[in-house]
Amino acid sequence: MALAKDYDSVMGRSNDIMKEALGLDYKEFESGSVAFDYEALMKSTGYTLEEVAKIQSRTAVGNTPLIELRNISALARKYAKPGYGARIFAKDEAANASGSFKARRAACAVAHAKKLGYKGVIAATSGNYGAAVASQAAMQGLKCIIVQECYDSHGVGQPEIVEKARKCEAYGAEVVQLTVGPELFYTFLSILEDTGYFNASLYSPFGIAGIETLGYEIAMQCREIVGKDPEMVVCTNAGGGMMTGTARGLIKAGATDTKLVAASIDLTGLSMASDVQFNKKSCTTGHTGFGVPYATDPDHSDVPRSAARPLRYMDRYVTVKQGDVMYATEMLANLEGLERGPAGNTALAAAFSLAQELPEDAVIVISETDYTGAGKHIQPQLSFARDNGIDIYFGDPNAEDMPGVNVVLPKDPSYIKAIDADLNHFRQSLIKKSCKKHGVTNPSEADLKFLAEETKTDVEFVKKTLGL
Amino acid sequence: MVKKGEWVRIHAVVLKADERTGKIPEDTKKCDLEMWTKGTLLADAEIGDEVEVETAVGRIEKGTLIEVHPYYTHSYGKFVPEIIEIDKQLRAIMGGDR
Repeated sequence: MALAKDYDSVMGRSNDIMKEALGLDYKEFESGSVAFDYEALMKSTGYTLEEVAKIQSRTAVGNTPLIELRNISALARKYAKPGYGARIFAKDEAANASGSFKARRAACAVAHAKKLGYKGVIAATSGNYGAAVASQAAMQGLKCIIVQECYDSHGVGQPEIVEKARKCEAYGAEVVQLTVGPELFYTFLSILEDTGYFNASLYSPFGIAGIETLGYEIAMQCREIVGKDPEMVVCTNAGGGMMTGTARGLIKAGATDTKLVAASIDLTGLSMASDVQFNKKSCTTGHTGFGVPYATDPDHSDVPRSAARPLRYMDRYVTVKQGDVMYATEMLANLEGLERGPAGNTALAAAFSLAQELPEDAVIVISETDYTGAGKHIQPQLSFARDNGIDIYFGDPNAEDMPGVNVVLPKDPSYIKAIDADLNHFRQSLIKKSCKKHGVTNPSEADLKFLAEETKTDVEFVKKTLGL
Repeated sequence: MVKKGEWVRIHAVVLKADERTGKIPEDTKKCDLEMWTKGTLLADAEIGDEVEVETAVGRIEKGTLIEVHPYYTHSYGKFVPEIIEIDKQLRAIMGGDR
């Protein structure tokens, strides 16, 4: 008898569908309380860093150039006190097959799906990851479906997302496009169930293991080019995978003194599930609308336990404004001859400001660039914003920016400022949410230790947060 | 008439507005959850008919036929004068010492 495919029936089978679609039973990592064995989950991939690198090298992924942004560094020094203004380097991840670092995640996930005998892969993503999975599926001979949140209720699509759909189709994938709303997960599960394909989730351990090579390469390339580890690595932060994987790779390379900074575009006040506000955004990723909820509650993704747990690694979390990123994108094109992003340039805008805090011989690496295309470029994004009634003008982004109302372009580069978010607040939020989710009021020693690891703090911090 | 075998785009309502889950903003709750995909038309039909298509991966999907030979219209956008201003400013600041 055919299974009932209504919303409640499909969602009710969620755990079984997931287990089938990941080839992994998350129960074996659970303690039954707040804690779970994160490192065992990561080890469950069965791939070492060397093996991951080998998989990637077969599919045109990895070993991307580390480029010194000399002119942007020189520009930053004009606004720093004498002797300050670090050297800024960019990891040119646009050079990966499919044009972004997401190819690293996809290469591993698709190779693993193939090894387990799945006929196809599915991913729920409106971003670069869709193109990455589609590209890898094409290379490795699997079928591919990408499920996108793309349109508002008037059928108007975000230009960046429409471009991603085009790119996925160029690689032979089917793209299922939806209007705004979290019930995308229902459609995603339903197709997973019907096709029996692999869930190439952004948040699986295979995906995150794929990013570790990025951190490892950054350390190795810095040692070769400047003879030391970078003082700081800045990661554009949305779902937290970039931060998690890069940090793990740096640690595996022994670069344990490097400070890890997450950077997101400040979209405070815009609801990610709002039909009306969907097209009021002038960027579709790398923003706080994803960055904050995924950092403070990593397990609300499309897998039972996310392998992306950025607060385990983050030393600082800074925000920039949409206008800063648009300006930084023009800097990269005009001063360095690199047309990239804008999506990955959130970290660049932040690094431009952070460089001014560090001495001239310090090294800051931004962990990615990504490709530019029709729709995925500052002109269509700003022109789309203007058509949607967003006010675009030059001013002081930090004083005047209102997400969904305006895009304030910095009136000169001195107005590009990375603003520190309250990291301890996010850590406390994660601790409280974890306990609440598991109905735990009296956490065990193991839970306390786990939460300290989850937040890069100590047991005392966790206890204090919980009023113990 | 659209012939069987043509590449088309279809549209379907996945959830009607009143079937949507509780945890979404009020404005979204008022809208249907809609879906679009593309595929090869499996039988002759007219625009607006309920049809079946075979998608790129070989899935059979049902929906309303809305477009034949669908193509992309996204672009590099209209002229945004502020971009020229940024470029001029960057050249002016960096002019002498590049």
